[in-house]
Amino acid sequence: MNKTLDSIDKHLKRRHRADRRYRLYGQLAIVFALLFLLMFFFSIITRALPAFWYQTASLSLELSARVLGGEAGDPLPREISERQARKLLDAALALELGPSSERAILRARRALLTPLAALELKKLLLEKRYKDQEREQGVRIGDKLLLPFALSSESGNYISSLRYSQLGSKEEEASSLPEPQRRSLSILQQRGLIEKRFNFAFFVRSDSRTATSAGIWGALVGSFWALLIAFILAFPLGLFTALHLQEFAPRNRLTYVIEVAIYNLAAVPSIVFGLLGLSIFLNWWHLPRSASLVGGLVLALMTLPTIVVASRNALASVSEGIRSAGLALGASREQVVFHHVLPRAMPGILTGTIIGMAQALGETAPLLMIGMVAFVAQAPMTPLEPATALPVQIFLWADHPDPAFSSRSAAAILVMLVFLVVMNAAAVILRRSFERRG
Amino acid sequence: MENNLQQSLQKKNGKEPSKIVARGVNVYYGDKQALFNVGLEVPHRRVTALIGPSGCGKSTFLRCINRMNDVIDGCRVEGFITIDGMDIFSLDAVGLRARIGMVFQKPNPFPKSIYENVAYGVRIHSLARTKSELNAIVNNSLKRAGLAREVADRLHDPAYSLSGGQQQRLCIARAIALQPELILMDEPCSALDPIATARIENLIAELSLNYTILIVTHSMQQAARVSHRTVFFHLGRVIESGDTNKIFTKPRRKQTERYITGRIG
Amino acid sequence: MGMLTFAASVFALFALVGFVLFLRTVARSRAFTHRDAYSFPSASLLVGFIATISTAFLLLLPFLLPRASIPTILLGAHSPLVLIGVCALLGACASLGFVFYAPRSFPSRRFVGASVRVMLFLSSTLAVATTVAIVASLLFETLRFLEEVPLGDFLFGLHWSPQTALFSDDIGSSGAFGAIPVVLGTFLITLIAISVAVPIGLFAAVYLSEFAHKRTRSIVKPILEILSGIPTVVYGFFAALVLAPLISKLGDLIGLQVASESALAAGMVMGVMLIPFVSSLSDDALAAVPRDIRDASLALGATQSETVARAVLPAAFPGVLAGVLLAFSRAVGETMIVVMAAGLAAKMTFNPLAAPTTITVQIVTLLVGDQEFDSSKTLSAFALGMLLFCLTLVINASALFATRRYGSRYE
Repeated sequence: MNKTLDSIDKHLKRRHRADRRYRLYGQLAIVFALLFLLMFFFSIITRALPAFWYQTASLSLELSARVLGGEAGDPLPREISERQARKLLDAALALELGPSSERAILRARRALLTPLAALELKKLLLEKRYKDQEREQGVRIGDKLLLPFALSSESGNYISSLRYSQLGSKEEEASSLPEPQRRSLSILQQRGLIEKRFNFAFFVRSDSRTATSAGIWGALVGSFWALLIAFILAFPLGLFTALHLQEFAPRNRLTYVIEVAIYNLAAVPSIVFGLLGLSIFLNWWHLPRSASLVGGLVLALMTLPTIVVASRNALASVSEGIRSAGLALGASREQVVFHHVLPRAMPGILTGTIIGMAQALGETAPLLMIGMVAFVAQAPMTPLEPATALPVQIFLWADHPDPAFSSRSAAAILVMLVFLVVMNAAAVILRRSFERRG
Repeated sequence: MENNLQQSLQKKNGKEPSKIVARGVNVYYGDKQALFNVGLEVPHRRVTALIGPSGCGKSTFLRCINRMNDVIDGCRVEGFITIDGMDIFSLDAVGLRARIGMVFQKPNPFPKSIYENVAYGVRIHSLARTKSELNAIVNNSLKRAGLAREVADRLHDPAYSLSGGQQQRLCIARAIALQPELILMDEPCSALDPIATARIENLIAELSLNYTILIVTHSMQQAARVSHRTVFFHLGRVIESGDTNKIFTKPRRKQTERYITGRIG
Repeated sequence: MGMLTFAASVFALFALVGFVLFLRTVARSRAFTHRDAYSFPSASLLVGFIATISTAFLLLLPFLLPRASIPTILLGAHSPLVLIGVCALLGACASLGFVFYAPRSFPSRRFVGASVRVMLFLSSTLAVATTVAIVASLLFETLRFLEEVPLGDFLFGLHWSPQTALFSDDIGSSGAFGAIPVVLGTFLITLIAISVAVPIGLFAAVYLSEFAHKRTRSIVKPILEILSGIPTVVYGFFAALVLAPLISKLGDLIGLQVASESALAAGMVMGVMLIPFVSSLSDDALAAVPRDIRDASLALGATQSETVARAVLPAAFPGVLAGVLLAFSRAVGETMIVVMAAGLAAKMTFNPLAAPTTITVQIVTLLVGDQEFDSSKTLSAFALGMLLFCLTLVINASALFATRRYGSRYE
């Protein structure tokens, strides 16, 4: 071999080194993306965990005749006021923390529990009374009940930070709780009355002004209505558009215009759809504001391009032989398409639709524009009632100064991610079975 | 060791030692075996043609020589191949390929200008220190490839503006810009019309004065026209190899005869 | 309307479906036509069509007509139940009439076929209608806005504070609707996002498609897809509650003045969101480069990275450029990340540690909450929307142009 090409060999080492560096950059880029993903999930999960658990204080509640009226042994009165419930709570707290009649102290003690404690106690007692009507046995005046009461979010935070400092890992976080309340909580904890429970209420309650009783149910229902309406509108219309473009449309200018329109719609920022919804659905058609119907309409328009493109690809992948065979047997073009091509393309079409729905679930900006930011304390029973959606709820809670709300926001994020994982997994499974069938 | 002995033996016999010596080459694509115990010798500064029906391993063997099979996923090469007495598997693949030129079946110039195509290899290996050196190399290569006159005034036009035959000559110019001693050609004329084919065959004849050329060809007539030695492949095995005249007039093996007379392939 | 009406509608729907199925049986058994024997199935389908469409049409009639012309019968029906029942009945009558009075030689198959084709065509015009509606509504409101604020002031003004404009009567000359600081803020954050997304996305794509083993590729690619599936509000949460405070703290450590809602935080997170976008479009562009080019380069003695850098990437450049431009357009239109993580005050600044506002943030702040629709505050939001729409349109068009013009270089 030619020895005078030593000059080539001279540079070989440097070039191989450069080659290795190049590969390294690629690997670094991937590692960075993966690290971000890890850090991302870690931070969201750690922030969400506090929302799934809440602290309770178990207090011995005496249904004293002094507060409720009647005599010992009588059944509970038909109506119990919130004031009475509060008095019962004061007595229960006094049992552990010592008697007092000073208003300031009573108020401070009540602040240890969630602000809705009295209301919930009242509801609980009335429920017990109703249930006990059926049987002979029941709760009577003078009975003592051991009931758990949810702590307020500040108290809960304080207790958690106490736990950390007990473990020796973290220092006590600067609490906004005044000293006497901290002392009371320590007393309760030393007596073993503080317990951690799983926050099932998070999934069945709607939004609330207090973090401890806030849940995502209202948002889930609102999202459900919006997605349902979006599906009902976008799926058939998108499918029909794809069928038209793929199977029936002649190659003329009008078809070109339609294809350009779809390409454009896919590229329009989501907030512009919100503006469209605002000006047409709300201001021209006067549909009810904040309704999930309007949200569904806007989401339908946004999902349309996704469904159209996915359906077109699915239809295109059906082999031409099917169509030729059908036509040769005397079927009309429409019969061939609907009876033969469409069923074979259906898995692919459904895959695209599911993916489109998953994207729609996460859309927030257009829903903000059409007013689905309402504070809804109750789940909407029809698509026409004011509602909110899951991503909007996440947005609203994230901004809240109370850290309990931001941890609920993270918890709602986890719930939404679970939904997305399920939907995407379904789409992937569907796509795999479609590819296998060919 | 054995190989150097062979080479000195050849020198003694008055024959020039072979440029390429291959022994017991087996190539596997995954589980499928494509070459079975292939052995042959390619002489210096001659044109050697590899002929045989399609799919019988000629191109695969060609790609072994400059270790292009290494970049194919799942391809395994076993055996013994030397060039100028040096085992190619012990050399740096990149350096090896710089010393061997390759021309492909379908002309594949880069989507760059004509000048940049020829200059590509030179730049990568830093073979020219100044712009004028580079110009000289480019012009020289184009001249030797017989393309200089046709593109003299449009060196910076895109390579895709050339015709098929011109593109293939450009690829040849690109390959010889690196002063290789060995040029591998994988069916270089199969995508070209007869006139372009004739020009390239003339070019091959000229180049063979200075370069060793190993050409895979589908066309027996081309092999007969262009080569000094011919090797007949069939189903991954070397059936016969020898001087071109002898192969085409008095083949030793029955299979060779059947291929040449058109009964198989 | 309430729960009751909703339930009544569902019930009426089921009743209608049941009735249609009954009619189909009748139609089939009546030997509809002799000549068009293969029209049987279409005939029954047609019956169903007529029943459903006429009912739906009658139900929607009150919404389509102006209030005044609705006949008193319909208006006088106090209960929506009655209304739905009446419509369903009329629809059923229409289909019965068709069953018994249509001529025997009615070419059902062709008729249904043609109607189906018309229906498909009409559905596909929805996309066009939507695009037209978007442009029209934006344009309409923008024109109303421009009646109060001249176009020059809007496009070239340097001061954006629509909140204060309401307190002065003289809106036009107070110069409170100058869009430049807002646009500048958008571009600042977008540039940060692109400078994160493009290097990482491109290198990742190059590595995965040119260097990695098939196994690595099949594991890493889906993981990158996960990044693209995360909703932007979740990214916004991360940017606002995790990254921004982190950057702020880091800044304090170093001694820099970092706003609590820095452009850097929003831009970086937006960049990460765009990584899979850039990566997959670059991957497509790289895969489209024919194998010959790589073979030619390797045969000349180039290393793999030299092949990629000097031959493959230049060939894939139009596609990669289009990908970058599309990512740019997405960044410009992105809302939630910036709403949650960026600032509200419009400043003229290039400092990534400050907190500029963007077009999308302004649109949201101006429109969320109670508003009277005619105030120029809300109209300015539409003007911004129009600006945004035009910007993204231009960027997308240039992306398309790039692929068209430079794409067919190697065929």
